[in-house]
Amino acid sequence: MFDVEILARIQFAFTVAFHYIYPPLSIGLGLLMVLMEGLYLRTGDADYEKLARFWTKIFAVTFGIGVATGIVMEFEFGTNWATYSRYVGDIFGSALAAEGIFAFALESGFLGILLFGWDRVSSRVHFIATVGVWLGSMFSAVWIVVANSWQQTPAGYHIVGEGMNARAEITDFWAMVFNPSSVDRLLHVWVGAFLAGTFLVLSVHAWYLLKGRYEAISRKAFSLALLVGLVFSLSQLLTGHRSAEGVSRNQPIKMAALEGHFAAEAPADLFLFGWVDEEQQTTHGLAIPGGLSLLLHQDPQAPVKGLQAFPAEDHPDTINGVFQFYHLMVAIGLALIGLTILAAFFWWRGTLFSKRWLLRIFVLAVLLPNIANQVGWFSAEMGRQPWVVYGLLRTSDALSRQVTAGQIVFSLIMFTLIYSLLFALFLYMLTKKIKAGPYDEDSIQHSPRQQEMAGFLE
Amino acid sequence: MLFGIDYPTWWFLVVGALFSGYAILDGFDLGAGAWHLFLRKEESRRIALNAIGPVWDGNEVWLVIGGGALFAGFPVVYATVFSIMYIPFMLFLAFLIFRAVSIEFRSKEPMKWWRQTWDILYSVSSIMLAVLLGVVLGNILQGMAIGPDWTLQGTWLQFLNPYALLIGITTLALFMLHGAIYLAMKTEGRLFAKVTLLIRRAIIFFLVTFGIATVASLIYFPHLSDRFRESPILFVVPLLAFLSIANIPRLITKRQYRGAFIFSAITVSMLLMMVAIELYPVLVLSTVDPIYNITIYNAAASTKSLGIMLTIAAIGTPLVLGYTAFVFYTFRGKVKLDDHSY
Ligand code: HDD
Ligand code: HEM
Ligand code: HEM
Repeated sequence: MFDVEILARIQFAFTVAFHYIYPPLSIGLGLLMVLMEGLYLRTGDADYEKLARFWTKIFAVTFGIGVATGIVMEFEFGTNWATYSRYVGDIFGSALAAEGIFAFALESGFLGILLFGWDRVSSRVHFIATVGVWLGSMFSAVWIVVANSWQQTPAGYHIVGEGMNARAEITDFWAMVFNPSSVDRLLHVWVGAFLAGTFLVLSVHAWYLLKGRYEAISRKAFSLALLVGLVFSLSQLLTGHRSAEGVSRNQPIKMAALEGHFAAEAPADLFLFGWVDEEQQTTHGLAIPGGLSLLLHQDPQAPVKGLQAFPAEDHPDTINGVFQFYHLMVAIGLALIGLTILAAFFWWRGTLFSKRWLLRIFVLAVLLPNIANQVGWFSAEMGRQPWVVYGLLRTSDALSRQVTAGQIVFSLIMFTLIYSLLFALFLYMLTKKIKAGPYDEDSIQHSPRQQEMAGFLE
Repeated sequence: MLFGIDYPTWWFLVVGALFSGYAILDGFDLGAGAWHLFLRKEESRRIALNAIGPVWDGNEVWLVIGGGALFAGFPVVYATVFSIMYIPFMLFLAFLIFRAVSIEFRSKEPMKWWRQTWDILYSVSSIMLAVLLGVVLGNILQGMAIGPDWTLQGTWLQFLNPYALLIGITTLALFMLHGAIYLAMKTEGRLFAKVTLLIRRAIIFFLVTFGIATVASLIYFPHLSDRFRESPILFVVPLLAFLSIANIPRLITKRQYRGAFIFSAITVSMLLMMVAIELYPVLVLSTVDPIYNITIYNAAASTKSLGIMLTIAAIGTPLVLGYTAFVFYTFRGKVKLDDHSY
């Protein structure tokens, strides 16, 4: 039936994809909390304080689950990918250690003050804690993306030993950190995370506006988030484009798979959507002829290496899968740009908050960046196959040879159960907090005196 | 070489320090959690939970950093031990998640069944985490059946043996003592009176299990005391451990809980230091043949990498200690429940 390799890959993909629901929300909400609290300190407008407090509560939920599922990831490298861990330990390990010391300690240290310190420390110290937690989450993205980018485009190392004992040793730390893809991918991941958080804020406040609740502060929050969303949807196109250039330079096989380009040496099209026929080695769909050549070489006639130029054993397992995931991400990226530009236009005209259809779209649009984050990683990681470390170590060689299929089946079932429970709790808490709202509207509307009288009449 | 000590040894010290930091810090969380069901009143449970509320997550980070440091410095140990002990580590992860989630969710709903369920889950996972940590330690102490190419000879079920379980229970007892003292520092009134009672039970529980574990180690695993017999000067460490254990009941009768807490922390680190002395430079003893021992030398990352990481650690450690201290300072004193509490 299933062998250890498939099971281990399924488990890793499942646990990391689940983990990655939460970090982008935490990083993105962190940014908005910093902005809200900063605006509060700047302007003294109490609405921003209410917003900051409200979003901190939601942040606590995403952050908590992010931490719980992240620890699983850290240990899974050792349990399931022992050979890989020995192979890359020298390099990957230092990134992970740096992550722990610089990023996680900063985050979790200040988290206590962020969540519980509102009435214990001055508002300035509290702001510092908010910034600390947010920076910590940004840093943790740095190190983990550097580690993953090294795996995509290794640099600054040499190989020592042979066979089972072969491993990569660091020769140049900065070359390892700034490997050819890390900067581009980090920016892309950061911006993707900002979008995830921003669209959650947009969604919730659009919902309040539709329901006629918390109108005044929701307008402020929506406008702020819309500005952030507009800036970063546009930036995401740029960072994505830079990533694509990097992929074509460093991982030409992946590039060919992303665009379903088979011919060994021919101008390549740019698909808007399509279907890859792996049997016939062709791709059907709606394409801009020569578009990829144009983007990569500024010339629609320029030949681009296709899959046929490389041995079949180096092709990813599923070209169509990689293709579809990638195109879904790009489509979402374009949709976000369209949506935010449209909303910004109406905002400028002053009619945004009466456009109920648009607010309804925004309520649902929170799913888009989250889906894009998932499928982005899926295309990047599946496009890297069959290598764990690109060009150096094959996935099939990277396993723990101690671990049996039975054990992985056990842990896979365990994680499936636990994560289903977690996800249900997450959705439940999220809706509960959103329904409860930033503050108790009744208590604001009634002055304490009125309440006293109401008690009297009962 | 740095100050006459080679890099792998430095990193051994770093990893050791991180794990004792973890044991001291998360030790009291886990211990407090283990007592949770002994506290009967709803109010008491909430206070106990909020006693660790602002710090438990920061404490857990020491595990994250320790795990990362082990991966970074001794990838071979990280890979081998984790894959050999696959099932205990998976269970450990599951309990970590359950603990985090129950702290987060228990007080979010008023229903009795809701709180009771999370309370049980919280307490059971705290207990199991302490036991599993001890079980892993027990396996490290007695050695594992490691053969060529870091493969395990025999079945993976070997990790579950009487000695490892004994160490597991002892670890639980130690953490429960440590946790009870922490609760005493953080509570007042009736709950405080209750906690002082628990401390007395914890002391007895710990002394009994610790005594049995010591005797068992001396009889069945004489290699564990070789190093001390070779150089008697090292006896200072067990002596200090013994003195600090003896000091705890003394301070408690004098109602000096902060002092008692410091000494239970010292006890934890002294005991771990004994483990480190017994092992060094071996990290995982092979019961098959000493040539398969995993030592700090054949498991270490390259000297270059260790050097880089020592720099990272040197820059990072003061920062981490700095904000850990700041957080503990901010939340000093007895627990008071407010809107932001769990
Ligand atoms: C883009 C960012 C990103 C990515 C790709 C990953 N993580 Fe993550 N991780 C975070 C961003 C993050 C985060 C934002 O820092 C946390 C903290 C809270 C949260 O929601 O996510 C987090 C939490 C978190 C924790 C708990 C830290 C703590 O106690 O504070 C660990 C151990 C890991 N992660 C480890 C991993 C590993 C081994 C990954 C790769 C397979 C991984 N993360 C992917
Ligand atoms: C957080 C977002 C991430 C997602 C959604 C993701 C997704 C995936 C997926 C889908 C696979 C399975 C590929 C396949 O079997 O076809 C995989 C494998 C893997 N990924 Fe990632 N990944 C993420 C981040 C990372 C990071 C940050 C690292 C390392 C630093 C990493 C390292 C690995 C390793 C070692 C494997 C296992 C071997 C393999 O199948 O290639 N991943 N990931
Ligand atoms: C707008 C058009 C976009 C383009 C052209 C684009 C391009 C790319 C490319 C080429 C990769 C693969 C990088 C690699 O394998 O090294 C990638 C990965 C990824 N994308 Fe996008 N992207 C776009 C939009 C988005 C959006 C809107 C999001 C999320 C909100 C997103 C999130 C991700 C993530 C999380 C990854 C995986 C991490 C990485 O490899 O950088 N992308 N993208």
